[in-house]
Amino acid sequence: MRIGLYFLLLAFTILVLYPILNVVSISLRPADRLLSTSLRIIPDGATISAYRTLFLETPFLLWFFNSVVISVTVTLTGVALAATAGYSFSRFNFYGKKGALLGLLVTQMFPPTMLLLPMYIMLLKLHLINSYLGIIVIYSSTALPFCVWQMKGYYDTIPFSLEESARIDGCTRWQAFRRIVLPLAAPALVITALFSFMTAWAEYIVAAQVLQDTSLFTLPLGLKQFESSMSTQWGLYAAGSLIVSIPAVALFLFLSRWLVSGLTLGSVKG
Amino acid sequence: MTLETEKLKSTAFAYLLVLPAAIVMFGVVVYPFFYNLVLSFSNMSLRHFQDWSLIGVRQYIKVFSEEVFYSVFFKTVVWTVVNVVFHVVIGVLLAVILNRRLMGKGLIRTLLILPWAIPQVIVALTWRSMFNYEYGALNLAISQYMHMSPVQWLGKPLEAFSACIITNIWLGFPFMMTVALGGLQSIPHELYEAAGIDGASGWHRFWRITVPLLKPVMIPAISLGIIWTFNNVNIVWLVSNGGEPSDQTHILVSYVYKAAFNLYRYGYAAALSMVIFLILLTFSLYFLKRTRASESAY
Repeated sequence: MRIGLYFLLLAFTILVLYPILNVVSISLRPADRLLSTSLRIIPDGATISAYRTLFLETPFLLWFFNSVVISVTVTLTGVALAATAGYSFSRFNFYGKKGALLGLLVTQMFPPTMLLLPMYIMLLKLHLINSYLGIIVIYSSTALPFCVWQMKGYYDTIPFSLEESARIDGCTRWQAFRRIVLPLAAPALVITALFSFMTAWAEYIVAAQVLQDTSLFTLPLGLKQFESSMSTQWGLYAAGSLIVSIPAVALFLFLSRWLVSGLTLGSVKG
Repeated sequence: MTLETEKLKSTAFAYLLVLPAAIVMFGVVVYPFFYNLVLSFSNMSLRHFQDWSLIGVRQYIKVFSEEVFYSVFFKTVVWTVVNVVFHVVIGVLLAVILNRRLMGKGLIRTLLILPWAIPQVIVALTWRSMFNYEYGALNLAISQYMHMSPVQWLGKPLEAFSACIITNIWLGFPFMMTVALGGLQSIPHELYEAAGIDGASGWHRFWRITVPLLKPVMIPAISLGIIWTFNNVNIVWLVSNGGEPSDQTHILVSYVYKAAFNLYRYGYAAALSMVIFLILLTFSLYFLKRTRASESAY
């Protein structure tokens, strides 16, 4: 029984690792042996020349820079908007609050094209296609509903008495929020930041329509371009996709602890 | 300061804090939503981009009168059901195994989460390369390890659609596994011990203790999973390279994406988007109501 279970776990671990190792292997192949039928993980004549070519002879670094600029801007906007709106939803009662919170949930059911098409047409008419502004605005709104809910949930766990005593000590409402509550909500802010970052970092479907100029490409668009000419640029694709994945995977593994406890806590309590 | 002005001030403060997010949401969600609604009643396309006009429900009639809608809808249902069933079965199975005392548990769990952590675009493109007929790792493994003839994954409709499903199963089970693990850890161990003393078999314990106690955790995760899978344009679009061969591998969202951005049928795509949204909304309300009802029955 026990051996059977170990065997099953082993089988799934191999299934998970196999595609990843395959990419590692392709990225290390020498250029004249890209199309090899060998299944060895460390290929014959392993070399890092694909990585060198990627950085020196392709616009990869430029795309990397573009992706960083877009992702960081989206992250800062997302955190600022979610931190303030979430606080208001957590602490105050006002007209339209319930409807707004429910509306945020409904947006999660929108098919991805439903907002993309009108946004795209609006950007066309405003001549904002091939500009970062357009894509940053779209990305900021993608993660926002989730982030607002996430922030609200976290603020809910911070006792209200903290602000009350701060107010008695003469703080304004803004100061009580800014100096007392916001620092305590740091873990939630980190999660919101990482989540916003990830939505922008590896997005393809929107970027493919909004950014059409190669010099404005983000990393996913660049990788797709390598993939399209598989026979010649397979090594570049493999090396590039590893470099794009590593920060995302690292962030995710770091983040997953909170993500999961948030998901399960909410449902166990409710 | 009187109580009234105090209350007024805090309401003003509350609105002020929501305002930035509200403006953004209005500009990028609410306004486009209604714009899309208007588009869905219009004849806008690349040819009628500036001089478009309202034509009533004709786009909706077109959606429902074309046979392709029903076949794509059917594929979407198959896609969603197959994926979510595999996600849940594999996820719960692995979670139950990982919940026991095992050597190297932490490491195995981290490795098994990897497919969820890797960006979807990269998962899709990598699997597409693995499905390559001559040099793809999958066919090489099939022919070299199992001595079977290679499969033409991306050239035939059924195989290409299966390829999309295989990719999506691979990347989706870790989410269910993680949620199930969280749920399992909250089940008190004494329950199993008591059942063990009463002589219940492992199978019995699984169905009588694990499943009912896991249900409140899994149901929100499953409804989320259904919505995500139904709406997942990334995998189908990138693995099948936009619906190849000959648009036989589409699900609804990839079909709309193609109609909008490759065929420039803006009005039609807008109408179809609305239909997809209404399908999902109806489903979610029904699903929530039913699961609420079954929860209160316990």
